[in-house]
Amino acid sequence: MLNNNLPKLIEEALNGNELAIARLLTKIEYMTDEGISALGALSKRSGNAHVIGITGIPGAGKSTLIGGLIQEYVSRGHRVGVIVIDPSSPYTMGSFMGNRLRFQDKTMLKNVFVRSIGSRGYLGGISAEALMLTEALDGLGYDKIIIETVGAGQTDTEVEQSVHTILVVTIPGAGDDIQALKAGIMEIGDIYVLNKTDRPDAELTFNTLKFAIDSSEISYRDGWKPLIVKAVAIKNEGISEIVNKIEDHLNYLKQKELFKKRIIDRRAKIVELIARRKIDEIISEIVKKNYNTIINEDITEAVPKVIHNVKELLR
Amino acid sequence: MMITTKRIKVIVAKLGLDGHDRGAKVVARALKDAGMEVVYTGLRQTPEQIVKAALQEDADVIGISILSGAHLELIPKVIEIMRQNGLNDVGLIVGGVIPPDDIKKLKDMGVDEVFLPGSSLKEIVEKVKKVARQKRGIDVE
Repeated sequence: MLNNNLPKLIEEALNGNELAIARLLTKIEYMTDEGISALGALSKRSGNAHVIGITGIPGAGKSTLIGGLIQEYVSRGHRVGVIVIDPSSPYTMGSFMGNRLRFQDKTMLKNVFVRSIGSRGYLGGISAEALMLTEALDGLGYDKIIIETVGAGQTDTEVEQSVHTILVVTIPGAGDDIQALKAGIMEIGDIYVLNKTDRPDAELTFNTLKFAIDSSEISYRDGWKPLIVKAVAIKNEGISEIVNKIEDHLNYLKQKELFKKRIIDRRAKIVELIARRKIDEIISEIVKKNYNTIINEDITEAVPKVIHNVKELLR
Repeated sequence: MMITTKRIKVIVAKLGLDGHDRGAKVVARALKDAGMEVVYTGLRQTPEQIVKAALQEDADVIGISILSGAHLELIPKVIEIMRQNGLNDVGLIVGGVIPPDDIKKLKDMGVDEVFLPGSSLKEIVEKVKKVARQKRGIDVE
């Protein structure tokens, strides 16, 4: 039986006990007092992992691609942590998580840890929970951490700044050159993966992507010109080339002294997001408790009162 | 309901050589609609793969759908691997075409609930909540 005492649990997790890791991550994910204190302890050991974010439209093949990346990184001697995010229902907070199944066989490899989380109110991109789990897995010694986002184009760019390398996965027929010129998804990628290139219109989409990237010189993130790689993830084609490109990007970041900066930014973001989440919950609670007074008040009166109550509670 | 309120996490899996996943998907959907986080692992899963998912995901309950008739072969393997991995406090629910005589056998092995064709989704949701409460102490409204 697992010892649930926190220091013991952390020790077991650091020894690679997957049950201890899993239970620790749950505490962190739900931001319990124990979870936050565990995160603090692990954070002292973190700062070494290369974090790779994967985004793109639903159905582009992100999860399948991750299966390939896991295999390739494990064969190159890395410990791989994977966080996959699926949408939570805004009504019930329930979530149907169907990412893991695309690479269930790869989860059986040694040195691979995969965790699914619900987006819990975040519309796109990477949530507070995902960043916290990243920090924890980094502290536990996973040196490649892959985060798969919900699959939306408009992302919280501040949060994306906490990720080292961003892969945008797209597919033939996903839009013409006009779509490619739009703001959002075409601005955030360090590497674009054109997946399913065994489809007939692959060349056309490739040229469209290339045009969009070549013409976007002033918005290159960190001065890095984004790369495009073709792949057929389900047949494992293009995977080792993608990993080579990801490693090129990592070397570039290190050269520019941006590797550590991203990790520092991530920690600041985690602090901000936890604090915001806790205060949001206090506000919701106050509004719920004073519902009957609030509905009979003028908005201009009600808002300062709620803020006052929040301040009182935080004192 | 607070975002940081613990939600019930369930693995829904198809065990063994059985390609009929419609029922499992309908159940997974119902659990999602009841506010649970459902990790669906898909078809033709080995006992090892299912337990691995439950282990890494820190699932509260494992729901297995099996229509092949191999439940008395495969469920004991799932239970054995769960025990080897320390998942003694994780609920195990089995659904499928299970002959009446086998229900008791499965429960004696350690299966918490067995659902047969015709079970209502409401009943399944309630039983999953009950198992999560008994095994993991999770109370949901």
